[in-house]
Amino acid sequence: MQRFAQSLTILCAVTLLTGTADAKDAFDLKSESFDLPTGDRTFIGAGADPVNNNCLTCHSAEMVMVQPKLSKANWEGIVKKMINVYKAPVPDEDVGPIIEYLSNHPTAGR
Amino acid sequence: MNPFNFEKCGLTRRTLLGGAALGGATILSAPAWAGMVDLPLYGGGGERETTTSFPQKGEMILQRTRPPLLETPWETFDKGVFTPNDQFYVRWHWAGIPDSVNVDTFRLKVHGNVQQELSLSLSELIQKLPKIELAAVNQCSGNSRGFFNPRVPGAQWANGAMGNAKWTGVRLRDLLDSAGVKAGSVQVRFAGLEKPVIDGGPHFMKSLSIDHARDDDVIVAYAMNGEALPFLNGFPLRLIVPGWYATYWVKMLADIEVLDKPDDNFWTKKAYLIPDTPGANIKPGEKDVKMVPINRMVPRSFFTNLVSGAHIKASASNEVRGIAFGGDCGVAKVETSIDGGGNWQVAQLGPDEGKFGFRRWSTAITPSKVGDGVSVKVRCTNTNGEVQSDTPNWNPSGFMRNVIEVIDLVAA
Ligand code: HEC
Repeated sequence: MQRFAQSLTILCAVTLLTGTADAKDAFDLKSESFDLPTGDRTFIGAGADPVNNNCLTCHSAEMVMVQPKLSKANWEGIVKKMINVYKAPVPDEDVGPIIEYLSNHPTAGR
Repeated sequence: MNPFNFEKCGLTRRTLLGGAALGGATILSAPAWAGMVDLPLYGGGGERETTTSFPQKGEMILQRTRPPLLETPWETFDKGVFTPNDQFYVRWHWAGIPDSVNVDTFRLKVHGNVQQELSLSLSELIQKLPKIELAAVNQCSGNSRGFFNPRVPGAQWANGAMGNAKWTGVRLRDLLDSAGVKAGSVQVRFAGLEKPVIDGGPHFMKSLSIDHARDDDVIVAYAMNGEALPFLNGFPLRLIVPGWYATYWVKMLADIEVLDKPDDNFWTKKAYLIPDTPGANIKPGEKDVKMVPINRMVPRSFFTNLVSGAHIKASASNEVRGIAFGGDCGVAKVETSIDGGGNWQVAQLGPDEGKFGFRRWSTAITPSKVGDGVSVKVRCTNTNGEVQSDTPNWNPSGFMRNVIEVIDLVAA
């Protein structure tokens, strides 16, 4: 539902953007450029390879490492979401081992 | 052996949230290791490094390096109701964050179902539209997720994924009116400069209804606490949606699109959903629940000068203080209870800096003798009459926690 008159809207367009600049309102923005840290922690222990190969492209490992203890079904859901929703390119043969690794390793919040 | 290698940090014991207790209370335990904190998450697992390696940021709690998830150290909230820019929490979804923004070539586009597309430079935006300033709390939908029982996946935040700032900007409505919203518009969609790092990944975008977008208080901010926004908080422009969770506050805002049909992009339609139940509360495992997009915030209140385990003085008056916010409206009152919630005393409120911001509260507690344990609860009632609940909510995404907080003090 349109709650306002079209003609009014167009009138506003004119007044708003042609309004004179008020010098005291000037706020200076400066161009910025930054380097962000990348995070180099890797998963370790038996079976870590497929996790390192597939799970570090989009995000560093820390947040995955501190997930609470989750069921295998939970981890399967997460890995499938990475693949289906976020388009993580994970080879079929790695999916099972990744889920296995994540559900068998003690994470946080035991 | 912990394959995730936390033992390298040398953590030997639990430490207080964010390190030391503040405000004259006895410090029970100092951080076990410089640069580490142990967030008191439910069931443990709250050990985190602290970091100073992010641009324009002081010491922050590292939840994830790339893309950054940085939590505000708790003691920051005791220092004042405005959270300093260099300790304001940080949350990004995709690592495709540009490494520079050129303020001369940057343009904010307004397009879609409009009479006339706009492509505005920063100086046009700042100089030609009326300036609005307001205080508002920005809180992650999943703030406090690490306290959920049972625990749920996602960023394992303690209470520091929130902050209050004074935002300066222009009304979104003025921008929309400048472009001329056409009849039949239903939503407005916002996108920033953040990009997926894998082809085909869903761009981060969020939408508001056209009526909400035209609200007086929704602004496009170019300043935060009187300075340019820190890069990681959305430089040069950020959408400010007072009273609503931070997922809507799109950072590095560059694209505003007026839609003539409901937004069906992933982040609006499928992510950030809550059960359509009071308090977004369901039983763990409950199925077939109607889900709706997360929306307005609910009231919360916190202790900031004392943490559980802190010692206070017997037979003397001890100040207990903290912060509160109303959610999508102001704070009507803050009350504390020292008898488990039977009786409530109204706390003193600090100055009102704006209904959407943090409000300081304080009270005094006088334990009668040494050794007395004092359990203190605090609750906020907002100006809509909504009060915090004594039972924690639960939902599978860990959203919208606002249970009454409790601390256990000891008279010494
Ligand atoms: C294509 C990019 C991409 C890849 C590759 C990827 N993720 Fe994610 N992941 C995301 C995004 C996007 C999010 C959600 C936004 C955020 O958490 O900041 C996320 C979030 C998560 C979360 C938080 C919980 C949740 O459901 O949001 C976990 C845990 C996780 N990923 C684990 C993994 C694991 C394990 C792998 C390896 C199979 C993986 N990710 C690979 C993009 C990716």
